[in-house]
Amino acid sequence: MVWGGWDNFWAMGGYGSFVWGSYGVTVVALAIEVWLVSMRRRRALAEVERNRRHGGEGR
Amino acid sequence: MLRTLAAVVRRDLLLAFRQRADVANTLLFFVVVVTMVPLGVGAEPNLLRSIAPGVVWVAALLAAILSLNRLFAADFADGTLEQMLISAEPLPLIVLGKTAAHWLVTGVPVTAIAVVLGIMFDLGVGETATLMASLALGTPVLSLIGAVGAALTLGLRGGGVLVSLLVLPLYVPVLILGAGSVEAVAAGLGGGPYLLLLGALALFAIVLTPWAVSAALRISVE
Amino acid sequence: MQTNVLAAGGGWWKYAAPNLFYPLAGKMIPWFAAAATALCALGLYIGFFVAPTDATQGESYRIIFIHVPSAWMSMFLYVVMAFWAAVGLALNTRLSSMMATAIAPTGAIMTFIALWSGALWGRPTWGTYWVWDARLTSELILLFLYLGFMALQAAIDDPRRADKAGAVLAIVGVVNVPIIYFSVKWWNTLHQGASVSLSKAPTMAATMLTGMLVMALGFWMYSIAISLARVRAIILERERRSDWIKELAGNA
Repeated sequence: MVWGGWDNFWAMGGYGSFVWGSYGVTVVALAIEVWLVSMRRRRALAEVERNRRHGGEGR
Repeated sequence: MLRTLAAVVRRDLLLAFRQRADVANTLLFFVVVVTMVPLGVGAEPNLLRSIAPGVVWVAALLAAILSLNRLFAADFADGTLEQMLISAEPLPLIVLGKTAAHWLVTGVPVTAIAVVLGIMFDLGVGETATLMASLALGTPVLSLIGAVGAALTLGLRGGGVLVSLLVLPLYVPVLILGAGSVEAVAAGLGGGPYLLLLGALALFAIVLTPWAVSAALRISVE
Repeated sequence: MQTNVLAAGGGWWKYAAPNLFYPLAGKMIPWFAAAATALCALGLYIGFFVAPTDATQGESYRIIFIHVPSAWMSMFLYVVMAFWAAVGLALNTRLSSMMATAIAPTGAIMTFIALWSGALWGRPTWGTYWVWDARLTSELILLFLYLGFMALQAAIDDPRRADKAGAVLAIVGVVNVPIIYFSVKWWNTLHQGASVSLSKAPTMAATMLTGMLVMALGFWMYSIAISLARVRAIILERERRSDWIKELAGNA
């Protein structure tokens, strides 16, 4: 591709909304996935912590 | 071995006979769903003739799925299924027998009533015959693949909908081949290749699915 | 005999134990994440600055640098998922089944990305957002297969039953995928309504193919990284009562 400046880059020959719509949704989807996994990890660690405390005291 | 098969089929047929209403309801559902479509899309004969194969087949899929819980649920509830799991007879054989009975009680009536549906949609004789042949070959596959879904979801909450979600994607080849066979006849080409493929699929399913169902039953019950 | 097998593996078999795999995975994730970032950056550079503009499709074809890699990954991940599920069923190893459960959501997301990008590519190219071509339709069915697997596991409370049931479903699915694909392909050629096919992509300039391959590798590295992260979370959830986890949390 011949670099024609940022305006041309975003416009993508008139197909900007389709191209960036695809890339954008992809980035968002993957970001959400990463965020969800990190939330899951955090919740799991909290649960482990809770178990550890109660297991130690209760039993 | 054949005796075991016959015994299992006989038992299930007897049980189904005692709950005739259950069986009849599935058939009724099939007919009602098919009837809904012209009410929804309009009664233009050419349109109906062209969509008939797909509509009948989709309705057949749905009717098959609805009837699946009958396969194992009752036996599971009263403990018979556990007996089957520990019996000396090979479980795949028992599964084949139960699925055969299920087909006799759901697939065969559906195939038979396709004659009436052919009239409702003004299909020609060749098309109707092909439709019935495709159903005759395809409905056993629906029962067999459906059995896998029924076995996996035994005793789970959300049962009916979950089974549909699992089994419908697997039904896609049968649907395509079944509806395709009739459309091919309507277009003047032969339905032969489709029916042969359906037959191959049926044989494939008869040989392989009882093992998958047996594995699934052991997983669900133990 | 068992010791021989273990020795033959060069000691790697020990990582089948969740408590040893957990820290190993933790160390591997940053590397795969870095590889993913580097490869995707390179792939995007090739895709936007090296690959030429297409004669017929203009700049819109650049969507394939997302569409094709994600479609490849969606299919690949399903096979990998089915593989680990089958291993878990056959060898009765918990970790293998956990890995299958970890891969499923990533596979589903890749399928969604393939469908979404396919739709946005279809609009400027063929005029509609959805075309019932063989590949897109198969991708949609693949999405249902992924969601079915996840739904089945979610519906079963006992984790071991969920593992094994999912394995049977995944194996049945993987056997069916070629059958489904070919029947859909056949269906598509019959109903020649639109003689469109997303597979009749622009004749590939070498740079276009390179860009696609690099992006595919990048997606692969990403999938590995995120699946390892997810399996670590699953290990934490499932093994939360065991001592080694409590120790881990205690030290953290």
